[in-house]
Amino acid sequence: MELRPGERLRSVACSTEVIVVRARSGDVDLGCGGSAMVPASAEHARAELDPALASRSQIGKRYVDKAATIELLCTKTGEGTLTVSGAALVVKSARPLPSSD
Amino acid sequence: MNIYTLLDMMASAFPDRVLCQSDDLRVDAGALARRAGAFSRRLQDVRAAAVVYLGGNSVALPISVFSAALAGVPFVPLNYRLSSAQLRDVVVRHEAAAVVAAPDRADQVALASQMVWSPEQVIAETAAESNPEDWPDDPDRVAVLLYTSGTTATPKAAILRHRHLVSYVLGSVEFGEATADDAALVAVPPYHIAGVANLVSNVYLGRRVVYLDRFEPDGWLKLALNERITHAMLVPTMLGRIVDRLEESGTPPPPALRTLAYGGARMPVRVLEKALRLMPNVGFVNAYGLTETSSTVSVLTPEDHQAAMASEDPAVRRRLGSVGRVLPTVQIEIRSETGEVVPPGAPGEIFIRGDQVSGEYVGRPSVTDTDGWFATRDRGFLDAEAYLFIEGRDDDMIIRGGENVAPAEIEEVITGHPAVADCAVLGLSDDEWGQRIAAVVVCRHGEVASASDIQEWVRQRLRGWKTPEIVEFRAELPVTSTGKLLRRALRADLEQVSR
Repeated sequence: MELRPGERLRSVACSTEVIVVRARSGDVDLGCGGSAMVPASAEHARAELDPALASRSQIGKRYVDKAATIELLCTKTGEGTLTVSGAALVVKSARPLPSSD
Repeated sequence: MNIYTLLDMMASAFPDRVLCQSDDLRVDAGALARRAGAFSRRLQDVRAAAVVYLGGNSVALPISVFSAALAGVPFVPLNYRLSSAQLRDVVVRHEAAAVVAAPDRADQVALASQMVWSPEQVIAETAAESNPEDWPDDPDRVAVLLYTSGTTATPKAAILRHRHLVSYVLGSVEFGEATADDAALVAVPPYHIAGVANLVSNVYLGRRVVYLDRFEPDGWLKLALNERITHAMLVPTMLGRIVDRLEESGTPPPPALRTLAYGGARMPVRVLEKALRLMPNVGFVNAYGLTETSSTVSVLTPEDHQAAMASEDPAVRRRLGSVGRVLPTVQIEIRSETGEVVPPGAPGEIFIRGDQVSGEYVGRPSVTDTDGWFATRDRGFLDAEAYLFIEGRDDDMIIRGGENVAPAEIEEVITGHPAVADCAVLGLSDDEWGQRIAAVVVCRHGEVASASDIQEWVRQRLRGWKTPEIVEFRAELPVTSTGKLLRRALRADLEQVSR
């Protein structure tokens, strides 16, 4: 599916929810726990969690693909692993941000 | 994207984390989410089209902000120091708004009673709690409208959409990074972008915010001590007064204080050096930003401050007077009058681009161009290492104590005085306020007025904080051959005279 920054998506195989922070244009095969993710408000049948893709997604963490063209913020923790074209996303390395607040 | 999502995350992961407090009431993340839910249902019951906030700093503020977000309506904080007439003018623009205001303010703006809550009512009536389940998700929905002075007399409403504020927060802080021991002291007013941005950032960080409604140095120091404040945010005027108080009383700085962020106006280097000396364990952060950029776009970090203080190299030392480097998610260009990007060291107008930048106003076209570049109207330059130095405004805006004061507004008022033929209002540099207001007045032929006549005239119509501190009388104002006021020349002349 096309990913839009600001869009809320959820897993159908677990409780994971994300917001798209950054995305490349074009179709992206975004999955969690082995199944394709859907818009957060969409109705969808519950799928089984793929035990090979159950490394957990943690609230507050950012997940990026290797090329760093896609960034997701996890807004609800869940059991599934976030993937793009089947490859697991990694937690974005926390570079200290220069906050003024 | 909705700023409420940020609170929802905190309420899920850290429901017992205290997020805000005022007057002995502490509200944790779970409670704040539920209170916001309760008030948003009241807003929906009365079909409120906005939440106009005329209160001060208290727990009612975050409740109001997040309930507006839940209800999908704009949050509109107003400067309660505006005159009644000006307040009415602004409130009238927001038909069907729910108003949070103390009873005397509500009277001032003469509002229909079913749409007004006092801050105390907002707190008391949201104690019966239940969880919000759903909220609007459209990132383009308006989150906040902030009135900012333009160069004409009428204030304009800057539009900040949910995506601007969320981008700002995600670009500058990480989720839940604060510990339960952290505490932020906030004395900046809610109608300032810094107050709004700070509120949302601290929720996402999980940091307790202690509100101080009326700033005064002894009160600030006492609260900082008692609440073991670790983080503080101040405008330069406030820091100046605190530093003076520490110096004259000889008391040590609040021991838990680790980080002090300042911004909103020029920081006199003299005051900053004194603060660095008197508070050696505090990390100082200078933040530069505008309402239209969702607050901070550039930061001079504690390390930057230390490096500048410790350096023998004048190029590094002078960075103490800079506003640091832009955030990783922000781009900057310095452009000449003809629109070309100038090289490091060369001055020009500061242009900013990024997801947190808006540049939209109610009822006007956006000032951000199609490539996303926003003209700040600030003049400055970048040094060889991309440190940004601000030189002044490109327009005639005066910035006094962190607030915009439009010369045109005061000029209009002064010219209405029966003895006055013409006048010019300027900002002169001032160590305490950044700038002070000066009026140059030309009297009508045969008429005479005194400085205090003019000051009283303005005070009655615009309130004290827009009253010129200096009033000079001249036979004429310097103008070009086409009659345009030579504002810069006049200002340079007065700066000389007032030394």
